[in-house]
Amino acid sequence: MEIARLVGIALVTTVFLMFLRQEKPQIAVLLSIAFGIVVFFMIIGKLFSVVQVVSQLSRKAEVNFFFVSTVLKILGVAYLAEFASVICRDAGEQAVAQKVEFAAKVIIAVLALPILVAILESIMDIMPG
Amino acid sequence: MDTAIIFKIAGIGILISVLSIVLKQAQKEEQAQMLTLAGVIVVLIILVQLLSQLFTMVRTVFDL
Repeated sequence: MEIARLVGIALVTTVFLMFLRQEKPQIAVLLSIAFGIVVFFMIIGKLFSVVQVVSQLSRKAEVNFFFVSTVLKILGVAYLAEFASVICRDAGEQAVAQKVEFAAKVIIAVLALPILVAILESIMDIMPG
Repeated sequence: MDTAIIFKIAGIGILISVLSIVLKQAQKEEQAQMLTLAGVIVVLIILVQLLSQLFTMVRTVFDL
């Protein structure tokens, strides 16, 4: 019953946040960051097993492991950037959130570049000339 | 992961807001401000440790 625990914590946190936003908005932001981290740690075990299954399947199918690890890296970057930008937006700092998202997009593009090159090279192999 | 951290932070926040209301009523605005600052710093120190745990976990799971 992981979900019941999670819903309970979320509701309690919401009530605390409603109080703290009026009185002390600084601590409200910190509390919402802490809530995000707690939820992440509750879920990460399951996510880790999913990731392991996916990488085992890719090894069985003899897919190049470099591609799978790139996809995982992109997932990690996207998760962290989303985490930060949502918290910034929640605190009313739209500009900071936008910059974080921009940086994450650039980093993801850099991570995806080797895959793009590999696709282009295989197309070149198929169609010579 | 312990959920007690949420209650800890919420407790610190409520305590600080009540104490700063009391200090404001006693005409001690500066001390109320300092109290708020101290509370934010205490919570921030707790949170930085949590964040470093988060980053190491993300790094191991997504092998960044």
